[in-house]
Amino acid sequence: MSPPAITASAQPAIYVYEAPLRIWHWVNALSVLVLCVTGYFIGSPLPTMPGEASDHFLMGYIRFAHFTAGYIFAIGFVFRIYWALVGNKHSRQVFFPPFFSKDWWGGVWHEWKWYMFFAGEPRKYSGHNPLATLVMFFVLVWGTIFMIITGFALYGEGTQAGSWAHTMFTSWVVPLFGQSQDVHTWHHLGMWVIIVFAMTHIYVAFREDIMSRQSLISTMVSGWRMFKDDRDVDDGR
Amino acid sequence: MIESFYDVMRRQGITRRSFLKYCSLTAAAMGLGPTFAPQIANAMENKPRIPVLWLHGLECTCCSESFIRSAHPLVKDVILSMLSLDYDDTIMASAGHEAEAIIDETIEKYKGNYILACEGNPGLDEGKTGGMSCIIGGRPYTEQLRKAAKDAMAIISWGSCASWGCVQAARPNPTRATPIHKVPDIGTAPIIKVPGCPPIAEVMTGVVTYILTFGKLPSLDRQGRPLMFYSQRIHDKCYRRPHFDAGQFVEKFDDESARRGYCLYKVGCKGPTTYNACSTVRWNGGLSFPIQAGHPCIGCSEDGFWDKGSFYDRLTNIPQFGIESNADRIGGTAAAVVGVATAAHAAGSVLKRAQQNKQHKGEQE
Repeated sequence: MSPPAITASAQPAIYVYEAPLRIWHWVNALSVLVLCVTGYFIGSPLPTMPGEASDHFLMGYIRFAHFTAGYIFAIGFVFRIYWALVGNKHSRQVFFPPFFSKDWWGGVWHEWKWYMFFAGEPRKYSGHNPLATLVMFFVLVWGTIFMIITGFALYGEGTQAGSWAHTMFTSWVVPLFGQSQDVHTWHHLGMWVIIVFAMTHIYVAFREDIMSRQSLISTMVSGWRMFKDDRDVDDGR
Repeated sequence: MIESFYDVMRRQGITRRSFLKYCSLTAAAMGLGPTFAPQIANAMENKPRIPVLWLHGLECTCCSESFIRSAHPLVKDVILSMLSLDYDDTIMASAGHEAEAIIDETIEKYKGNYILACEGNPGLDEGKTGGMSCIIGGRPYTEQLRKAAKDAMAIISWGSCASWGCVQAARPNPTRATPIHKVPDIGTAPIIKVPGCPPIAEVMTGVVTYILTFGKLPSLDRQGRPLMFYSQRIHDKCYRRPHFDAGQFVEKFDDESARRGYCLYKVGCKGPTTYNACSTVRWNGGLSFPIQAGHPCIGCSEDGFWDKGSFYDRLTNIPQFGIESNADRIGGTAAAVVGVATAAHAAGSVLKRAQQNKQHKGEQE
């Protein structure tokens, strides 16, 4: 009953995720976790604290954790963009989906069929599969940009006019959305998009680690992609 | 020659001593240093008073009510004597055609030198009812507004009606009530927004005094609000802020926390998203403001505050997703759906895997 052992493949493993990218992935995951938990409690605070106000700083600490994790999230993303420029070809993949490649869209469709149980066998990829690339591009890349922009716009409201966050973000984001409350609401919705993404991402990573023809979870730890069979990879389609 | 403010004040029996006090107070209210008090006094003494036309569209007159309650009596005397000399149909003595004639006269006489103060907004429902939702002197208000706006030095949008639309512009906005800056053909006069429902009296008089003193509009933010009163949130200067930071909240209106005066965030306070001076200037002569009275801020000076669901919810409604929906309900539902779908998918995957393994075994045998 055991799945085909990874070591059974004669196809050599490929070094896909370089160390800085892997570190970014896990730091980012941790910051997102902190951001979602603290963000939720900023929107819906914990039950009221007893005693003197001067004895507590609960909301202050929650907000501090949120802002710190936000800075890590944003700086990490800037680093991620930098790594897309200097890293290997896999580091650029989620930033530039080949939208004009018909083969690639065919790959998206095939991957969809695989997830919908219509395809008997998935294709084999050294990097992300086309559907993953598409989702990563719209949700991870643009979702992150959206959350960084709205996040710093809200942060700038507290640091007030004259602060860098206010000048760079709040001053134009709030008028763009209409008013501060709308920015809060959309930032909050963005959190749920990220939660849904994370749920799907983790589930699919486990599923594909078992069901697909290549390694996944261990790859984001060690960087090496291993294959379960000897046939050629389907990169590019 | 047009009278100066000082002339008007003296005529009303105000002593020079009181006048100078007023100048110092106004300088302080506007956040200016003490050295500006003589500058204000000088302006008041020498500059001819700026005529103001105060027009009323679709509104509730709360702006006027607030304005005439300006705490410092001198402010009221000064500004009101200026306004009543020109046009404000709610509080002026004359009425009918006589009153309406004043508008034409002022526009004619002070072309490009008067301030147009708009309280309320026009209903642009032309086509359906022909702009009939606001008629002044037998003509649609939009006509009067455009005419007065054309030659104005500046336009002050008093209150949330003129600034954003306010309750008469709430969905579905049957009269197409439109804030002043969005009225077509309104002209090129700069528009300064003084939102609030109503705006704070001292803020209103402060804006007028600034324009008079310095002969220009105060510096505005990107949305056209004077920075000196609208650059900070209620939350930033709220006296209940320590309770917010400590995590001490009113859970319901009649609980122990409410009696202790804890933060009203959880009962829907919009202080963290509302730019206004309530927590510093306060109301009724600095007596109090809503949060001090134990009620959450409803965000009345923010655009669209009337269409965001209950005043008592922290997470506001998102009407695009149906009635009574907020970010948590939408996101929570989405997450639950995805969670169930994932579980179902996992079950399907297990079945498929079992099937594959069976096949695999069959092939090997």
